[in-house]
Amino acid sequence: MLALNKVRFQQGDFVLSADFLVPTGARVAVIGPSGGGKSTFLNGIAGFIAADAGKVLWDGEVMPDHPGRRPLSILFQDNNLFPHLSVMDNVAVGISPDMRLSQAQREKVSAALDQVGLADKSATYPRDLSGGQLGRVGLARVLLRQRPLLLLDEPFSALGPALKDEMLDVLRGILDATATTALMVTHDPKDALAFANQAILVADRCATAPQPIQQLFKAPPPALRAYLGSRT
Amino acid sequence: MADSTIAIILRIILGGAVLAALLVFSIGTAVAVATQGQGLGILSVADWLAIRFTLWQACISAGLSVGIAIPVARALARQSFIGRQGLITLLGAPFILPVIVGVLGLLAVFGRAGWISDFLTWAGFARLSIYGPPGVILAHVFFNLPLATRFLLQGWAAVPAERFRVVHSLAASPWAYFRLIEWPLLRTVLPGAFLLIFLLCLTSFAVALAVGGGPKGTTIELAIYQAFRLDFDLSKAASLAVVQFSLCGGVAVLAFLVPLPQTDGLGLDRLPQRFDAYGHRTADCIWIFCATAFLVMPLSAILFRGVGHIHNLPHQVIVASLTSLLIALTSTIVCIAMALSLALTFACRGIAARNLAEGVGILGLATSPLVVGTGLFLMIFPFAQPMIFAVPITASVNAMMALPFALRVLMPAVREIYTDYLHLRCSLNMTQWVWLSRIVLPRLRRPLGFAAGLAVALSMGDLGVIALFSDPDLQTLPLMLYRLMGAYRMDQAAGVAVVLVAQSLVLFWIFDRGGRGYVGSK
Repeated sequence: MLALNKVRFQQGDFVLSADFLVPTGARVAVIGPSGGGKSTFLNGIAGFIAADAGKVLWDGEVMPDHPGRRPLSILFQDNNLFPHLSVMDNVAVGISPDMRLSQAQREKVSAALDQVGLADKSATYPRDLSGGQLGRVGLARVLLRQRPLLLLDEPFSALGPALKDEMLDVLRGILDATATTALMVTHDPKDALAFANQAILVADRCATAPQPIQQLFKAPPPALRAYLGSRT
Repeated sequence: MADSTIAIILRIILGGAVLAALLVFSIGTAVAVATQGQGLGILSVADWLAIRFTLWQACISAGLSVGIAIPVARALARQSFIGRQGLITLLGAPFILPVIVGVLGLLAVFGRAGWISDFLTWAGFARLSIYGPPGVILAHVFFNLPLATRFLLQGWAAVPAERFRVVHSLAASPWAYFRLIEWPLLRTVLPGAFLLIFLLCLTSFAVALAVGGGPKGTTIELAIYQAFRLDFDLSKAASLAVVQFSLCGGVAVLAFLVPLPQTDGLGLDRLPQRFDAYGHRTADCIWIFCATAFLVMPLSAILFRGVGHIHNLPHQVIVASLTSLLIALTSTIVCIAMALSLALTFACRGIAARNLAEGVGILGLATSPLVVGTGLFLMIFPFAQPMIFAVPITASVNAMMALPFALRVLMPAVREIYTDYLHLRCSLNMTQWVWLSRIVLPRLRRPLGFAAGLAVALSMGDLGVIALFSDPDLQTLPLMLYRLMGAYRMDQAAGVAVVLVAQSLVLFWIFDRGGRGYVGSK
């Protein structure tokens, strides 16, 4: 379980506060107006921004300061992959950043690539992949890392509708198999509804506790209503 | 397109004329020296040593500049501290600093009578002497370390912020960090940076003139100068010039294959947020401190020493200053006119234009002022006394030397205007005149100001052809400074250095500032 215990994240003049729990296995959409602090929120949980008050806990323990020691994986919209590494190595850095793999680890990497449907691309370089395939490589890395928490910062926003649905399917498959808790920042209400069962609203310098997403969209609070406009 | 046929033809004639002039200056002078040269047979052992030393010092200087720049740029990229932006701006200063002033400053710190020698004698050691190879290399590193550092900083700035985050979320070891982030960056930037600096060290003349010399420390450029001025052996000068031209040509061909880094160095103000800053603070601070001291100490030494001697400078300083001003302004006008014609003619011609700009840039960098000077001398000699033309020749060679940099600034700006506004121009049916005077030139004001600032400062500080062509009555500020150094009047030399730096900076500032005045631009 992810616990945000009276946390404050500060980035320049911008301050964001949060105080709530996210149950294990939840699929949460993080929504709100742009500039409202969605990315600050995610970067804070990931450890890229240190909390200047309060604590971020996982299963009752304070998360380590270093982002790499936190029990989580993170996927961004772009630049998740290293252009000078093969697909195989790009996935392998998920468990061994030095890329020195044992035989068992090598097999795990292949299995992860297999699972996202890229078994035949392991020697390819990112420049030769399509947008959808790039996304799959990122997901294979997430799969391999087996961290209990997954943070997604608009990972599929640049993809077309069909491709986006496809990626969401792959993602759902991974989450179903592993009981991972997932937080996904998105600016598209449709994506939020398709992916999540709960939603965290980030607006006015405050992240609110997760609520059932259907309910939230049916009776949006003023900040959300302003953001959604007439599209409810 | 809204251009009339006449306008298009005019533009092509203009651009073609500039190109032709460039070719006469670079290739034409080379042909002139080639026909006058008497082959490699007349080169003495000393000349062959000079050729070897030239290549060797260029290699060592480029290697040291690039090698030291790696930790310095890394430190600057990941640490944030007060004055960081100022320091990065300062890294651009050696580019417009007159070479001879830099050398004088280095002598004041590292020379026989310099600060470090004073300290060493106090501590009971012998004094340093940097004349010869160590001085040449030291000066080349002084001028090129900042350049290499800026190239690498640009490389760091081009790494997407997400990539640092991915690496940190993977808990990467220092080795993994190097492989994932730093190695690809170095692999992209280093070959071009090394080659560019190698080329600059190959064609540098003022450094060799001031601290080089002797059997172990003579470069080809210096040997040309000596054959020309001391022995008046024109055929030997020509043969050496052929060697120099071939070497530079060879490197230029290599440079065409390896992408050279951009030399304008703008836009370094934003760097990605770094999470590894803390662990390396001590080492980074040491690197930043040492590099800053190395750059700042020579300049402060000159200021310190020179300011007190401005009032008792020989009165010739006024004439020299006016001569420098005349040459610099003429060369700036010529340089900007050439750059603007080339940019307007070729900016909207796609890939050909980019190759052309690149080609002119490399040609300008690979052309040695002394080869051009020797060639022009040989071309004029049968008809007139070449020394009469010292001022116009110096101004035009300086213009050509500054052209690559002006073109690097102007070409992208012109291309941007064409891509952004050409459709609008066509749909509004603007005439050529309105388009140029109301749209292109006002929008170009800022890059034009900056390019003119670079050209004027480079020409002010130049000590190349003028040394070849001048008689005792004609001197520019850099030449006067060199002559005072030669006469061991170091206090007065420092005074002239202060005047020279002040004049260069004020001119640069006026042009650059003038470019920023337009209300409509950001």
